[in-house]
Amino acid sequence: MNPGIASRVDQIFVILQHRIAELFPAVLQPWVAMILGVVGIVAVFPGIFALTTVLERKGLGRMQNRLGPNRVGPFGILQPIADAIKSLTKEDIVPRTADEVVHFLAPVVLVVAIFLGYAVLPVGRNMVLLKIDSGILFFFAIGASTELSIFMAGWSSRNKYSLLGAMRAVAQMISYEVPLLLAAVVAIMMTGSLSPTAIVRAQGGFTGFFPRWYVFTPWGFAGFVLFAIAALAETNRSPFDLPEGESELVAGYFTEYSGFKFALFFLGEYLGMMSIAGYGITLFLGGWGAPASFLEFIPSWAWFFAKLFLAIFFFIWLRGTLPRLRQDQLMNFAWKFMLPMTLLNLMVAAAWRFLGEWFGTGILAEGVRWLLCAAILAGAYVALALTLLRRQKIAARSYRYAD
Amino acid sequence: MMEGFLFGLLAVLTLSGAVGAALLRNLVHCALSLTLTFVGLALLYLNLDAQFVGLSQVLVYIGAVAILVVFAILLTGGAGKMPTHPTVSAGWRTGWLAAVAVGFVLIGALLHSPLPHSDVPAPEVTVQQIGRLLMGPYVLPLEIVAVLLTVALIGAVIVAMPERKGESK
Repeated sequence: MNPGIASRVDQIFVILQHRIAELFPAVLQPWVAMILGVVGIVAVFPGIFALTTVLERKGLGRMQNRLGPNRVGPFGILQPIADAIKSLTKEDIVPRTADEVVHFLAPVVLVVAIFLGYAVLPVGRNMVLLKIDSGILFFFAIGASTELSIFMAGWSSRNKYSLLGAMRAVAQMISYEVPLLLAAVVAIMMTGSLSPTAIVRAQGGFTGFFPRWYVFTPWGFAGFVLFAIAALAETNRSPFDLPEGESELVAGYFTEYSGFKFALFFLGEYLGMMSIAGYGITLFLGGWGAPASFLEFIPSWAWFFAKLFLAIFFFIWLRGTLPRLRQDQLMNFAWKFMLPMTLLNLMVAAAWRFLGEWFGTGILAEGVRWLLCAAILAGAYVALALTLLRRQKIAARSYRYAD
Repeated sequence: MMEGFLFGLLAVLTLSGAVGAALLRNLVHCALSLTLTFVGLALLYLNLDAQFVGLSQVLVYIGAVAILVVFAILLTGGAGKMPTHPTVSAGWRTGWLAAVAVGFVLIGALLHSPLPHSDVPAPEVTVQQIGRLLMGPYVLPLEIVAVLLTVALIGAVIVAMPERKGESK
């Protein structure tokens, strides 16, 4: 294939943005380019959200031996449109005792904060809205502020289920934010930059045809797994969906929301999931890089979204597979397992860096370094798991009020 | 022109949050209003191109301190109870006096300090430079702060730990 055409296709959206911006006077051009980028984000990711809802329902249906939605359109793929019309036309109920202003602000703050997170996410080569030095820091700062909107929703509803759900959500998100950050730090450490674009660039290039993604190193693999677990908890997805456990809390913090505000919470949850998956891809899975050197002719944005869909599929699969944790298990897991493992992973990453300097390059040195680091992590994992399991008294469960 | 407008907007946002935090009746509203002030401050830092400080402000104050305040209100049962009469403590005159005195001192200091020449370009400080400084010349203070925080954390856990049955009486 002609490399000129391939790179043209790769940059098609960037070129399009430039062409449209050129139609305007020079003063307005940066603004128009910016607005076009924002429109792109606001159009594409909710579009994927709509697709994800139907894919999730179909996928879960398949896993639970049923059909899932199949009435609207062929194979039920128009279901999200029907859902959107339904949630737009439903009555917006605000409980009489609710705190009206805060009740209204909560979903707005949530969705705005989550959309802001996309501003620094590189979805393709040269495709990032805001080129700032400290992009990863920006994302984590924005992510931390969604907790407050969840609290606002739960508190303002004046409903015990809402408040319980919000307290659970905030406690869970704060606990898992620590391992999430620490798991991400290894990638930042090895790149030496907080910019997502630089992190993707550092993972570019190939050894033979094999990509140099961080996930293929021992610390990268451990970091990726820990990041994925913490990301699941941070987005309140199953098996960490205690804040909205429908068998105990109706719908958790958004029990008292209806109509379009309910849809906004739903949107926020899925957008949050996709953005955190996007950052996981950026940090460990090579961002928009191709998984093999002979596949590089496929445009970078296609790779990013392919990886994103793979991550979404993984989330759906987990939801269909794993049972929900209990609150004490959740907290113990965060503080007794995740935190020590992430801290150890930091040490291993540092060791990897300096062992590389001492051993020099060469296939044997690389192999020894790889095995050594992997052995430390695996040994720590086994030791930690054994210690934690020994303390647990595993027996038939007794129910306090139902025996 | 544009910068002045932005600054004015952010200043109004920050100050209105602070005023709300002081004057609103419901404690949770006060906490949320205080958060608005934190947001305004973070935006002011970002407006000054101080990315690291601004984003840290968001991460620490909105992500942690605001949540801490809100949790404290909920756990101490202060939420939902609204005072029916003005809550003025006995020593409010002293408080006013102190506030006015501090205000005068600050305004006096502001008026007497010479303004730096505005045509000197602000130094370009990247996050990378801050990181190098923190890990290089300032590594000892950083470690001391870290140890101090860890000690505080362990202390808090020990205070909060439930006493074992044998030791309680």
